[in-house]
Amino acid sequence: MDFTFTPEQEDLREQARAFLAEHPQASWRELADLGWTGVSISEEDGGAGLSFLEEAVLFEELGRALHHGPYFSTIALALPALPDDLRSEVAAGETRWTLALGPLVTDLDTADRIAMVGGDGIYELEGADRELLQTSDETRPLGVLRGGEPGLRLSDSGVLEEIRRRALAALALEACGVARRALEYALEYVTTREQFGKTIGVYQAISHPLADSYMRLELARSLSLWAAWCVAEDDEQAPVAAAAAKAYAAEAAVGVCEAAIQAHGGIGFTWEHELHRLYKRALWIESFLASGTRLRADIAATLLDGASTSGSSASPVPVSVTEGG
Amino acid sequence: MDLRDTPEEAAFRAELRAWLEENLPDNLQGHRGGAARFEGPEMRAWSRALYDAGYAGLTWPKEYGGGGAPYTHQAIFLEEMARAEAPPHIGVIGLGMAGPTIMAHGTEEQKSRHLAPTLSAEEIWCQGFSEPGAGSDLAGVRTSARIDDGHFVVDGQKVWSSFAHIADWCLLLTRNDPDSTRHAGLTYLIVDMHSPGVEVRPLRQITGEAEFNEIFFTGVEVPAENVLGEVGGGWQVAMTTLLHERGTLGFALQAVLEVQIKKLVGLARDRGADPLQRDRVAQEWIELQALRFTNARALSQLVKTGIPGPEGSVAKLVWSEANQRVTKLALELLGPDAPLADANAPYGGYWQHQQLRSRGNTIEAGTSEILRNIIAERVLGLPRSR
Ligand SMILES: Cc1cc2nc3c(=O)[nH]c(=O)nc-3n(C[C@H](O)[C@H](O)[C@H](O)COP(=O)(O)OP(=O)(O)OC[C@H]3O[C@@H](n4cnc5c(N)ncnc54)[C@H](O)[C@@H]3O)c2cc1C
Repeated sequence: MDFTFTPEQEDLREQARAFLAEHPQASWRELADLGWTGVSISEEDGGAGLSFLEEAVLFEELGRALHHGPYFSTIALALPALPDDLRSEVAAGETRWTLALGPLVTDLDTADRIAMVGGDGIYELEGADRELLQTSDETRPLGVLRGGEPGLRLSDSGVLEEIRRRALAALALEACGVARRALEYALEYVTTREQFGKTIGVYQAISHPLADSYMRLELARSLSLWAAWCVAEDDEQAPVAAAAAKAYAAEAAVGVCEAAIQAHGGIGFTWEHELHRLYKRALWIESFLASGTRLRADIAATLLDGASTSGSSASPVPVSVTEGG
Repeated sequence: MDLRDTPEEAAFRAELRAWLEENLPDNLQGHRGGAARFEGPEMRAWSRALYDAGYAGLTWPKEYGGGGAPYTHQAIFLEEMARAEAPPHIGVIGLGMAGPTIMAHGTEEQKSRHLAPTLSAEEIWCQGFSEPGAGSDLAGVRTSARIDDGHFVVDGQKVWSSFAHIADWCLLLTRNDPDSTRHAGLTYLIVDMHSPGVEVRPLRQITGEAEFNEIFFTGVEVPAENVLGEVGGGWQVAMTTLLHERGTLGFALQAVLEVQIKKLVGLARDRGADPLQRDRVAQEWIELQALRFTNARALSQLVKTGIPGPEGSVAKLVWSEANQRVTKLALELLGPDAPLADANAPYGGYWQHQQLRSRGNTIEAGTSEILRNIIAERVLGLPRSR
């Protein structure tokens, strides 16, 4: 067993963090030039032929930077449905996609093309009008679609299971990035701000919630990296791992942001400070696709009724049926 | 990154699983825990069997009776022990604390004298750190060790000392310099519990059992060669013990929680659970996976770099609070049967006992408050509160 990143993966993280610190709102073209849009696309199709693990590194770093762009929609949601020729366009940075999974659709402001689920297949939606809605997280817009027709058939709808796993894992990783940034803000602040003649980080009412935040973040990361590995390897535990990671990491990110806001006092409540943006992204992640409560209901069904989590046929959890105590 | 066993790890796991199937006595499987299980001869026999099969002290050097195996084997060992619901080796303190401390600070004589008998369960250890006046603030220790005519003379009182009633040896933190305060002037001794002047009084605890004890030392003579580390350098040695008490326990704690969750799921299936309870069962299952993979991350880091990652510092804190929630949820699932105890309770009172015992988890081996201080100060770099 080896649960560490390779030196190349660590380099990718460093590169991504440094680049996004300078250019948090980098364009799709810039991301493509860095090779990020083709990470898991095969080399024949112009990609890097790597795996979801490298994408995982990027989801975490893009979440941390609150990047506004259709990376999540294109890479986590749409990519598994795209045929080879369209994948090579993504790798080349020519097309940005989103996938309409429900009435509220992500990244309609930036996506070039829209995929939709229809019956037994996933199709390109053609000729639809887009309407952007107001959302509290301005960096991850939602919108609705009106009219339009299914056009080009992209794939069989069987790929939806894979999409769900990728999306849940990607959201969990973004949540880890968001939580890490919020915790960093809090640590910076409580080690410099003084009240009553002391640095406020000395007060346990401040330091203990931050210790808890660190703990939750580490647990969230462990689950998210487990999920990422399972997705990358197409492991039979992937559905339950992705569900567990999203359920835990999203709630952890919300909690860490709340602790960070509280530790900042009045400044944490301002529009000017970035904390509220991190918080709104965390809340967005928590609500998108399936909330923690919903995902835990699925996991409970797997544990207690022998159902499978999100349609997988794998039975992920070895439990003894007879042992109650 | 590869979360699967390597072929070599898989082989070790398979061999161990087969061994457990063959050798674990039925009456020891799934024991409800607590002090009682340490009293009969069967736990020593079981520990001895683990030793003879080479499973005790897996990561200890071969020359001292250990297995010379990598940490990953120890992690697999604990996972498989949990899976089989096998009780741990009786030398909880010997294997977890005494051995690692002696290996780090002991003389060659101390290592050859103590390590193998600890693994073979011939010698049982207890830890004499806490005193009535020194708990979380361990530097307040007052038990004195005077040097007199080539040996130490120990006088004082220790408290909350687990297994002292069955122990042969004690890891004793004393003050050699009566004029010293705090971290200076402390000396770490290895004390024979059968020496004249050692008196053990069991303390009955919340579960009704006596698992921990008071120890009174009255003019106890301890040979000079039983000092561990330097005279006056006891604090550093004690820190090694605490590091192992909290640190290497990660996988052992996870294994305990693994059993607990397995039983909790079984209980919820047997008794039925409402939607809110189902949510909490799932939540606890998720937290177990989180703990498991956090330990795996810390272990991989340790194997790769020789330095454990900071993730490991959260294991005891996470586990103790999870175990409290899980056992309380189990009582809730028992509904009106929850107040029953022991033989009159479902599953022989397993959950009632576990729930009460779990309250000690956030106190023993460093309270949760102290562990949060440590994370805040050492991991997050916040200013020291004391
Ligand atoms: C089941 C069990 C087994 C044990 N086994 C052993 C053993 O084998 N050997 C041994 O030596 N000891 C053992 N102990 C003792 C244990 O280590 C101590 O109980 C523990 O360190 C706390 O010390 P105390 O009881 O004196 O409480 P105190 O230190 O007096 O603490 C009381 C309360 O104050 C809080 N507190 C103290 N200082 C701070 C601070 N700086 N910031 C915030 N809060 C603070 C504590 O967290 C706690 O809630 C055992 C205890 C238990 C419950």
